[in-house]
Amino acid sequence: MSAYHLDHLEYLETEAIHIMREVAAEFERPALLFSGGKDSICLLRLAEKAFRPSEIPMPFLNVDTGHHFPELNEFRDRRAKELNGKLIVRKVEDAIKAGIAVPTPGEISRNKLQIPTLLNAIEEFQFDCAIGGARRDEEKARAKERFFSFRDGFGQWDPKNQRPEIWNLYNARVNMGENMRVFPLSNWTEMDVWEYIRKEKLEVPNIYFSHERECVLRHGQWLPVTDLLPPKEKERVETKIVRVRTIGDIISTGMVESPANSHDDIIAEIAAARVTERGSRADDKASEAAMEDRKKEGYF
Amino acid sequence: MTPSPSLISDLPSTAHHPVEILRFNTCGSVDDGKSTLIGRLLYDSKSIMEDQMEALERSADITGGGEINLANLTDGLRSEREQGITIDVAYRYFATPRRKFIIADTPGHVQYTRNMVTGASTANLSIVLVDARHGVIEQSRRHTYISALLGIPHIIIAVNKMDLVDWSEERFLEIRDQFESFLPRLDVLHDVKFIPISALNGDNVVTTSDKTPWYQGPNLLGHLETVHIASDWNLNNFRLPVQWVNRPENPRDESLHDFRGISGQIAGGIVKKGDHVLVLPSGYKATVKDIWTYGGSIDEAFCPQSVTIQLEEDIDISRGDIVVGIDDLPGVESDLRARVCWMNQKPLTKGRKYFLKQGTQTVQAMVTAIDSKVNFENLKMEPEPAELAVNDIGEVKIKTARSIVYDAYQTNRLTGSFILIEQGTNQTVAAGMLQPPNAAFNPEFTDYTI
Repeated sequence: MSAYHLDHLEYLETEAIHIMREVAAEFERPALLFSGGKDSICLLRLAEKAFRPSEIPMPFLNVDTGHHFPELNEFRDRRAKELNGKLIVRKVEDAIKAGIAVPTPGEISRNKLQIPTLLNAIEEFQFDCAIGGARRDEEKARAKERFFSFRDGFGQWDPKNQRPEIWNLYNARVNMGENMRVFPLSNWTEMDVWEYIRKEKLEVPNIYFSHERECVLRHGQWLPVTDLLPPKEKERVETKIVRVRTIGDIISTGMVESPANSHDDIIAEIAAARVTERGSRADDKASEAAMEDRKKEGYF
Repeated sequence: MTPSPSLISDLPSTAHHPVEILRFNTCGSVDDGKSTLIGRLLYDSKSIMEDQMEALERSADITGGGEINLANLTDGLRSEREQGITIDVAYRYFATPRRKFIIADTPGHVQYTRNMVTGASTANLSIVLVDARHGVIEQSRRHTYISALLGIPHIIIAVNKMDLVDWSEERFLEIRDQFESFLPRLDVLHDVKFIPISALNGDNVVTTSDKTPWYQGPNLLGHLETVHIASDWNLNNFRLPVQWVNRPENPRDESLHDFRGISGQIAGGIVKKGDHVLVLPSGYKATVKDIWTYGGSIDEAFCPQSVTIQLEEDIDISRGDIVVGIDDLPGVESDLRARVCWMNQKPLTKGRKYFLKQGTQTVQAMVTAIDSKVNFENLKMEPEPAELAVNDIGEVKIKTARSIVYDAYQTNRLTGSFILIEQGTNQTVAAGMLQPPNAAFNPEFTDYTI
């Protein structure tokens, strides 16, 4: 761009850095949700840009459903260490044992159980703010989110009663027990995230790139075969050349057949894609308002 | 309706070349076709994916009698789909090879004006939709007024549903005249473009329609792709509201022992290494030693970049202070005049205390007088109203507990704006635009000329 003009990635970056610094300045005990997924990888780079040469002034928090891709957890732990960050992991398994999260009989997915586990972690550490990597282009309930999303004492989102957000003036005030979810990547699209990863040469877990994997075809999606998801009778296990486009739990993340092996390949693939990123997530397909309902209960 | 096949041949760019972002908002009253227009832009720019289309078709079969409703793309909340209305600001994203776009879809209901202010505050451009059959109504005046008040640099008046008035040029000109009769009464509208469209059928939205041979201007998307936005930010007067003081604790790197950075997003102008600056409100003068970024030291930076600067002098500085250039100083005052849009169900009455957040500073403030209120029927200011109700816009006087550093909103949207926060509930209750300061800051020391 011209000498005094930002291109789209520079604009999105300065907006996000501004938000990160507002969080550091306005909250007593913020945390940064870091899963090792591509969006939170961008968050970490933005945090470095916002706070270096100081240490990143907040711990990283991850809710482990116990159904994570092992590659993701390995990357999460290593990256946190490299950045000299404090990583807090809270497990759905433990929340179930403690009676904090109660599984629905017959339901295998741990997706909903993340909610009480996250809320309990927020309470345990008295976090008044959690930064997340959610984007508005992901899902239509998320399209209605604010940068600073207020949550009441029960962690609930009230979409009809959101604080108006004007200019770059964020109202960060919360009372005791309430908290804020802050989404610096609100205005980023999937394409922006990958372009940023390419520009910043950010490492991502290798499952984002093409690899061989044993899968079964279920409900029109190639799901990875694991101990958690053994093939059913009559299902045929096939070795496919696949990658993940979005990472959810290993039992519900559809693998995309893809030869994409580099950032450039992935960006070209997204440009030509005819389905959305979350089209391969079973958790969002439950109903038209699946995300809205989860968010109202405290999901991020 | 079933959308017709797209006519745009290029897919969104993979952006090896830099692309800039244009932010716009859409406003109009209920049924003016805002959501349909956005659906059309998304559909024709191939930003609607197959699974979204399937979801639309599913809901069409279930609730729409088989008719696909593009509005369901943006109306994301259950109660919105049930009532067929837009409740809250929705943000949508699409790209063409020339630009990336962020749309704020803002509802048209009278009671939701606050959402329009929200969506418009960050916009480069506003699209005001008018139904060709109804022409200018109170909502049209209100939306245009708010766009002007918020200082949005570019406006498109999209005269929609032209198909329902037989593509009549006469009707189009009539509506343009209706607008032009009140546009001069608005403060700052430089760039207003009228475009006749049919959002439902796509005429003049992404392609130029053969039904309007009398219209010579660009189609809507063509205008969005080419309108000049490079000078929408203030690049004249350097302003850096201090967000966060960056002092590494126990740094492993020896050279960082004395690092003392001032982090913030530049809210105006350009700063260069070696520049003389003032720190306000204290009035200390200083020299820029370094502009530090993650990628290394840079020689200059500009609005709206986020940077960390170091000063030569070791002076007391903290969040809420502003570092400014020594020309064109801002006001440093505690008696303020402002226009506010009231956003809370509880009306504003004078004498109540709020938190006022402007830049990176938050101070206690009291509204001491409500001087006038806009009447949207005739766009005149009514003097001395008893209160400002939700969605009212008026001129007020405010007294702050300590002086704030600010510019007129007309000069700088970032240093001239504020929000009011109700104490106790922490609700954001007003958006405010500051009138010019009574006087620019006057430094007391004599060796001020450097």
